[in-house]
Amino acid sequence: MRRALGSSAAMYVVLSLGALAFLFPFYYMVIGSLQTTVDPSPSGAFPAPGNLTLDNYGAINERIDLLQGLANSGIFTGGVILGTVVFGVLAGYALAVLHWRGRSATFSLVLLVQVIPFQLLMIPLYVMIARDYGLADTYAGMILPFFINSTAVIIFRQYFLQLPKELFDAARIDGAGELRLLWNVALPLVRPALLTVVLLTFIGPWNEFLWPFLITKEASMQPLAVSLANFLSNIAASTANPFGATLAGAVVLAAPAVALFLVFQRYFTSNDLGSGVKG
Amino acid sequence: MLRRILGSHPLGLAFAAPYLIFIGVVFAYPIVFAVWMSFHDYFFAAPGAVVDRPFVGFDNYVTVLTDPDVWRSFGNVGIFLIINVPLTVALSMLLATALDRVARAKTFFRVAYYVPYVTASVAVVAVWLFLFSGNGLVNNLLGPLAPEPSWLINSALAMPTIALFVTWKGLGFYILLYLAALQNVPRELYESVSMDGGGRIRQFFSVTVPSVRPATLLVVLLATITGANLFTEPYLLTGGGGPNGASTSPVLLIYQRGIEQGNPDIAAAIGVILIIFVLIIAALQRRLVGGEDR
Repeated sequence: MRRALGSSAAMYVVLSLGALAFLFPFYYMVIGSLQTTVDPSPSGAFPAPGNLTLDNYGAINERIDLLQGLANSGIFTGGVILGTVVFGVLAGYALAVLHWRGRSATFSLVLLVQVIPFQLLMIPLYVMIARDYGLADTYAGMILPFFINSTAVIIFRQYFLQLPKELFDAARIDGAGELRLLWNVALPLVRPALLTVVLLTFIGPWNEFLWPFLITKEASMQPLAVSLANFLSNIAASTANPFGATLAGAVVLAAPAVALFLVFQRYFTSNDLGSGVKG
Repeated sequence: MLRRILGSHPLGLAFAAPYLIFIGVVFAYPIVFAVWMSFHDYFFAAPGAVVDRPFVGFDNYVTVLTDPDVWRSFGNVGIFLIINVPLTVALSMLLATALDRVARAKTFFRVAYYVPYVTASVAVVAVWLFLFSGNGLVNNLLGPLAPEPSWLINSALAMPTIALFVTWKGLGFYILLYLAALQNVPRELYESVSMDGGGRIRQFFSVTVPSVRPATLLVVLLATITGANLFTEPYLLTGGGGPNGASTSPVLLIYQRGIEQGNPDIAAAIGVILIIFVLIIAALQRRLVGGEDR
């Protein structure tokens, strides 16, 4: 009994040290964004009342339009979520509930697509989307490569598979069409899956850097991650307190995703990803 | 008759059609296009302009394989993987096991570990730059032990620092995968080890580690793919792969050669070689980690 107590105390110590290492950079991000002058000494990690200011937020907003950046990130993310949910539900339903020729081949394809690193496709996609289709500096060009997310298809399929077959048979006997079945019977039963997918899908485009960086050259079209990265690598040095301003931008970029995650974190559970592990 | 050909719910194909078209446009066609490009003299031209793009055989591949920068970038990914993969597997397995056992403050711990994963790389890169710069907090705490030159501008430490950053950033997701795998480990196994007098450490090595092997395989594979995709971190943390190419990644090189220098054919060839490398490494790992499960 004593040994069990000792080992669970050890677990709390390990977990607490880990949590500290994981959360400290976020704490430091906020503190740094509020400092008038940079204080990289250990005491700078604790807020000194005389050194606190909101000026950095004003400074970064003068260099990059934070609201426009947030709006661009929002439209990009919203478009991806819309496509992923609508077409992901349809594909997931078809793969779990309907019997049609090519179903198993399609599912193999869904699994295969997951292991193809997206970045390796960036040159042909860039040539196609930016050069051939002329979609550079457009929301459509940003959204297209992420429009349907394969992981979401897998999650929806997994949830639909768990629904009892009899439910569908009974509704079909009553003469319901497949679209009605999906909308009125299946979807209301898998509402948690919808939230999980929205949450998981949100993270991708909101945090995505490489693709929108390639496809947007106009500052007014850039998502916040791209304009902040440009600020970081090109113009930060010309600001009075470059780190303070950069960190203020980082807080604005991080806040929506972190807030959404905190509110809905209980939907962000291991069970939903379990399908991938169990194979 | 039609049903025999199309299955009992031909509507399924209609439901899946948007997804299938998407895969064709965004995955299948670009892959074929990339391979085609890598065998031709491909350059950017005005949209709609008809230009001759002659077949050049393996010329682009010869250019790529005789370029020391390319070899360097693959070597850098090798360093990255040697640090990132074992660290990711060990830490996420350990932390997931601890998270699975504790009863108090579980939500707090879970949230703490997932937060870096849900946050944009660009945002957390800014903090790491602040922490690991020459006169940053880390060096201030280390005092005389601080490396000279500092972390991100030191050619021996730049890539390891990036590997550490990526491990920290992604660990939450892998902890999540292990937590899912741990749900499937029968509790009786732990009990039987503890009946035999085995403590927590014995239980961890003789029950947990072998039981979650499928998850380990997935974690190793995903961590490897992340390594092959490395771009944002060297681009921003080390100012484009510095110092002197010590942290350049193949994807960064694809960007520089393809888009900055306007040689998409060379970039496509690097991409094809990278895919082949990833497939070889994934197959090797499957043999190593998969063991008798195959």
